[in-house]
Amino acid sequence: MNDDLRQRLGNLGGLGVALLVWTIYAVYFSPTQGWVFFFQLSVNGIILGSVYALIALGYSMVYGILKLLNFAHGDVYMIGAFIGFGVLTLLGGPLNPAIPVALLVLCMFVVAMLGSGFLGLAIERFAYRPLRDAPRIAPLISALGVAFFLENSALLLFGAQFRNYDGFDLISYNGIHLGGDNGVFIQYLGVIVIVGAFLLMLALLALVHWTRLGKAMRAVSFDREAAAMMGIDPDRVIAATFFIGSALAGAAGVMFGLLFSQIYHLMGFLAGLKGFTAAVVGGIGSIPGAMLGGLLVGLIESWARGYLNGNVSDLVVFGILIGVMLVRPSGLLGTPALKKV
Amino acid sequence: MSENTPGIPESSTQIGVDQWVERSDENIERRRGLAGRIGHLWELIPPAGKLAFLTPAILVPFLPFVSEGNLFNYGLFILIYALLALGLNVVVGFAGLLDLGYVAFFGFGAYAYAFLSGTHSNKGHTYSHHWDAQWSILVAVVLCAVLGLFLGSSSRRLLGDYLAIVTLFFGQAFVVFTNAADPYGITNGSNGLANVDPLTFFGFKIDTTRGYYWFMLGCVVVVLIVLYCISESRTGRAWKASREDPLAAEMMGMPVNRLKIMAFSLGAAIAGLAGSVFAAAQTGAFPQNFSTQVLILIYAVVILGGTGSLTGMIVGAIVIIASNQVLDSTSPPNVARVLFYLALIAAVYFTMRGSWVRLVAAFAGTVVFGLVVHAIVDAVWSRGTAGQVTSGGFLTGLIRNWVLLPTNPGRLAVYGYLLMIVCIIALVQLKGWWRLVVLVPTLYLTAFVWENLLVQQPAVTRYVLFGALLIAVMTIRPQGLFGTAKVEIG
Repeated sequence: MNDDLRQRLGNLGGLGVALLVWTIYAVYFSPTQGWVFFFQLSVNGIILGSVYALIALGYSMVYGILKLLNFAHGDVYMIGAFIGFGVLTLLGGPLNPAIPVALLVLCMFVVAMLGSGFLGLAIERFAYRPLRDAPRIAPLISALGVAFFLENSALLLFGAQFRNYDGFDLISYNGIHLGGDNGVFIQYLGVIVIVGAFLLMLALLALVHWTRLGKAMRAVSFDREAAAMMGIDPDRVIAATFFIGSALAGAAGVMFGLLFSQIYHLMGFLAGLKGFTAAVVGGIGSIPGAMLGGLLVGLIESWARGYLNGNVSDLVVFGILIGVMLVRPSGLLGTPALKKV
Repeated sequence: MSENTPGIPESSTQIGVDQWVERSDENIERRRGLAGRIGHLWELIPPAGKLAFLTPAILVPFLPFVSEGNLFNYGLFILIYALLALGLNVVVGFAGLLDLGYVAFFGFGAYAYAFLSGTHSNKGHTYSHHWDAQWSILVAVVLCAVLGLFLGSSSRRLLGDYLAIVTLFFGQAFVVFTNAADPYGITNGSNGLANVDPLTFFGFKIDTTRGYYWFMLGCVVVVLIVLYCISESRTGRAWKASREDPLAAEMMGMPVNRLKIMAFSLGAAIAGLAGSVFAAAQTGAFPQNFSTQVLILIYAVVILGGTGSLTGMIVGAIVIIASNQVLDSTSPPNVARVLFYLALIAAVYFTMRGSWVRLVAAFAGTVVFGLVVHAIVDAVWSRGTAGQVTSGGFLTGLIRNWVLLPTNPGRLAVYGYLLMIVCIIALVQLKGWWRLVVLVPTLYLTAFVWENLLVQQPAVTRYVLFGALLIAVMTIRPQGLFGTAKVEIG
C-alpha cells in the first residue's frame, strides 16, 4: 500500500515537472508566439478537457465495476447532445427562447442527463447483462454493435447534416479578459462549462464517498461476489453506475454542443476515444484519475492543435495513449492490476 | 460404468470403441459398390477440402447467367470479405485476441499494391512504378506481415481490452494518415490513388471481372486449405490452447507471446493479399474503403459465421455481404423489401419456435391486427392512409391496404422508430403469451417504420441491422452459426 502511494506521488511529481518544463519552454523560448498564445491555448484546453473528463468518468466507472470497455459510451454522449438540441428547439431555439435563458440551459442539461441515463440503463439491460458470465470478448463485440447501432440510428433519425446549437447567441459572446485587451480571453460560456463540469464531478465524488449507493459501488468494484454475499445486489449497483456514467456523458454532450455549436451523428466516436484515453492516462477505475486525465488530454490536444496542426493533434493524443499503455498501464493514479491465478 | 465417467455425458453422440466395433460390419457393408466407394472417399476428405471442392461446384453453374456488374458487386465482394474474415479468424478465432485495427492491414495492402503498380503525383512528387503483380503483391503481403509483427508485439504487454483499444487506435491512425497527415504525397490524401494497373502476372493480364472472380476464388481456396492444415497442426492447437487459458498454455511450455505475434502476422498477411487484389479489381485505393464500417462488416461476418470455424467464414461472408449489397442504395428497392420481411419472419421464427401454435398465432394476429388498424385509421383520419408506397412493385397493392402510410410521415416515422426500439426491448424481457401479445403490435410497427422511413435509406438501415445483429448473436448464440461452444474455465 505504501509502495502504491509512493508510486502515485512519483507519477504526479513527474507530471508536474514535465508540465513546468514545457510551460517555461513555451513561454520563454517559443520562437514565434508569445506567452498570451500559450495561455490562451491552455485555457481552451482546460475547457475542452472538462468535457473529456466528464466522458472519461463514465468509462472509468463502468470499467472499474464491470471490467468492461463500453465502446458505446461515446455514442451515449452523442445522443445526449441531440436530446439537448431537441429541448432547445422545442423551447423556441437560441434566438427567441420561450423561457429565461438560465432556465432553458438548465432544462437542456437535466433532460439530456436523464435521457442519456435511461439510454445507458437500457444498453446495460439489453446488451451487457445477458453476457455477464460470457467470455471477455463477447461484451466487447456486443458493445461494438451497440455503438454502431446508435450511430446509424442517429443518422437515420436526424440525417447527416450538422445541427447548430448557436451557444454563443444563446448565452453571450462576451467574456473575461485577463491581462489587458490583448491578453487571454475566456468566454462566459467557457466559464459555465468549467464550473458545471467541476460541480458535477464534486457531486459524483460526494456520491461515491458519502452515500450508501457509493459505498455499494466501491464494494462491487472491489469484489463483486463478496459484495453479493454481504447483501448488495450487484445488478442494481451496476445499473446505477451505468445510469450515472451515461448521465455525465449526456451533460458532456450538451456542453460540447454549447461550446462548439456543431453536433452530428459521428461526433461520439472520436470523443469517446479521447475520453477513454483520458481514463487510461489517469488510471482506469480511478475517479480523480479520470478528471486529471481528461484535463491533460484536453490540454495536450489544444497545444498540439496550436503549435503543430489540426490533423496531427489526434495522432499525438493517440500516440500518448499507446505510450502510456505500454509503459505504465495502470495510469497516473490507478492501482497496478494484480492478476489472480 | 460409462454413466459415471466424467466428461462423457449420457446423451453424448460420441461413439465409443465398443459401439464402433459393433457397427464395423455395417460400415463394411456400406462401402460396397461404386457409390459406396465414392461415399467413403468423400468422408475421408477434411472439411476444408470438401468446402474447397463444393464452393466452385455450387457457384460455377450460375456464372454464365450473372452480369459483370452483379458479379463484381456480389461474387467478388463475397470472396474478398471471405478472405478478410479468414484472416481475422486467425487472430480472433484461433488466438482469441481482439484486433480492432484489422481493416488497416486491408488498407495497407491495397495502398502498397496501388503504389507499386500505379501512377500518381501529389505534393510535388511523382510516383510511377509499374511492377508486375507477382512482385507487388508479394511485397504488399510481406510488408503487411511485418506491420502485423510490429502491432502484434504490443500484445506482449497488453491484454484483452487494452489490446483492443491500441489496435483500434492503430486503425484510426491509418485512416488519419492516408487522409491528411502524409508529407510526401504517397497516399494522395483524400483523393486516394486512382491510376492502378490491373493484375499482370509475368505479362499475362487479368482485365475482366470474371478473371478477378476466378483469381480470388483460387486465393480463397488456397488460403482455406492452408488455414485448415495450420489449424490442425501443432501451431493451431497451441493457438487454441493459449486462447482458452494463456497461463496454462505457458506452463505447458508453449511460447504464448510468439504464438500471439504469429497469429497477428498471419492475419495481417491475409488481409494484405485481400487488399492488393481489391485495389487491382477496383483500380484504385481510397481512404473511405477502409473505414470503421468495413471493420464492422468483417466482424459481422466472423461473428455470424462463428469464430474459429472455417466453414462459418464462407457462409457468414455469403449471408452478410449478399444482404449488404442487396440493401445498397443502387440495387432495386423491392429486393431489399423482400429481404427485410424475410429477415423479420426468420427473427419471429427464432423467438417463437418453442411452440407452433404461438408461431401461427403471431403471424395470423399480425395480419388481422394490421387490417383492423388500417380500417380504423382509414375511417377516423383519412390522411393516415393517403401516402405513396415507395417503389412497391408487385407488392404495392398489398402494402397499401395493410400498412399505414401517412402523407408526410416525417415526425411520425421517427416516433415509430423510437417506439419500435422500446417495444423490442420490452419483448426481450417478456415470456410466454405476454410476449405474443407485445409481438403482434411490434411486428406491425416494424412494418410501418420500414415502409415510412427505412425503405428510403436502405444503405443506413443495413448498418443499423448489422449493429443489432452483433448484439443479438452475442446474447443468443455467442459461438455463431458454425462455431463450437467455448469451454468455460472456472
